[in-house]
Amino acid sequence: MITKRMIPCLDIKDGRVVKGTNFQGLSDVSSPVELAKLYSDSGADELVFYDITASAEGRQLFTDVLCQVASQIFIPLTVGGGINTVEDFDRVLKCGADKVSVNSGAIRNPQLIYDAAQKYGSQCVVLSADVKRVDGQFRIFAKGGREDTGMEAITWIKKCVELGAGEVVVNSIDTDGVKQGFDVEMLRAVCDAVNVPVIASGGAGTVAHFVDLFRAIPTIDAALAASVFHFGQIQIPDLKQELKDNDIIVRV
Amino acid sequence: MIAVIDYGVGNLFSLCSSLQRIGTEAVVTSDPETIRKADKVILPGVGAFADAAKKLRDSGMDVLLRELAAAGKEIMGICLGMQLLFEKSYEFGVHEGLGLLKGSVISMEGTIPSDLKIPHIGWNALHFCKGSKLLRYIREGDCVYFVHSFYAVDCEESLIATAEYGRELTAAVQKDNIMGCQFHPEKSGDVGLRILRAFCETEEKA
Repeated sequence: MITKRMIPCLDIKDGRVVKGTNFQGLSDVSSPVELAKLYSDSGADELVFYDITASAEGRQLFTDVLCQVASQIFIPLTVGGGINTVEDFDRVLKCGADKVSVNSGAIRNPQLIYDAAQKYGSQCVVLSADVKRVDGQFRIFAKGGREDTGMEAITWIKKCVELGAGEVVVNSIDTDGVKQGFDVEMLRAVCDAVNVPVIASGGAGTVAHFVDLFRAIPTIDAALAASVFHFGQIQIPDLKQELKDNDIIVRV
Repeated sequence: MIAVIDYGVGNLFSLCSSLQRIGTEAVVTSDPETIRKADKVILPGVGAFADAAKKLRDSGMDVLLRELAAAGKEIMGICLGMQLLFEKSYEFGVHEGLGLLKGSVISMEGTIPSDLKIPHIGWNALHFCKGSKLLRYIREGDCVYFVHSFYAVDCEESLIATAEYGRELTAAVQKDNIMGCQFHPEKSGDVGLRILRAFCETEEKA
């Protein structure tokens, strides 16, 4: 059977990893190539590189780094951040990315999803959705979670899948950074609404949170996390062993 | 030298990087002479079957590949490149493939349980059907990375490995000098690199 995927996410600014720390045997924790290698060797199933650079120079550094990583790391790579046009897809796919995630760019112009899926295939287009509860409703937030778009989240996600998004990353703003576990209620609502892979994000603090997630929602495909991996609180081999011991199918 | 056939389909960055990693000299080319001179040939591909088959025909690559296959040249198809090795595909109509292997390509839609998501995307374990040169450096149960919505059937003659996804899906094939992987070896970590090495290695002549 298909395995549940564990996906570390690396924030990149001006070609360097932001908030990497504490890795034994790693001479440069902010080197995307070194960190990507470490994750790949320790059993990460996929990597996400998120470009948080604002400048053109930073963007160029990001694509340089991406090329370096893709020429040395042979697992699927997803790129997000600053993707607003089909040309942006082209720019990162040429550097070895396999999938591209869109967020604010798709909110501004949903047609971007359709155009990119037509050109590169749905498997290449990932919708990243920042979701927060407002007045008892799941709402889509834009601009890194700072702006309420007023759109109901499930309706938006379904629309994006119909336009051609082949995967959905759901980041719960309510649980993000709190480290009290994934947002099972929100994630289940999304899983029930769409028939493409759904990736959980936001709230992982312990190995048990991952076990709880996959037990509560057997149809969810993957879990994404940043800080618990970067700060070494969770080692991927330990995580996978614990999942395996709980009869959750993983690649070990 | 390995010729990676360039016929305007898909992204070859990772494939070329992984061939470089295993120390194989590879060239991305559409030049018939270069392809003829190559020790082995890789046929990559992502996207739609009909479009890719047409590109092969328009460039005359279909005739060349059949000629090389008949002459015993080792050819490996990857993903859509593997599907193109078969006789025909039922992806949005009926389309003729290269016919280098017996079998055809059908949709998962309606042929796997409806609760499973399509495409089949992610890491899945390989189950061996018989011994093969291509998979000689990996083990039963090793995981590889898949992304596909169509799969080959009626190919028992060449079937060497399957992956379970509601049913046993064709994962790898080999019949003599013709080989293929439905998954992406260039995205399957060390296991994938070992498969590429098995293909690219020149066997010692006894």
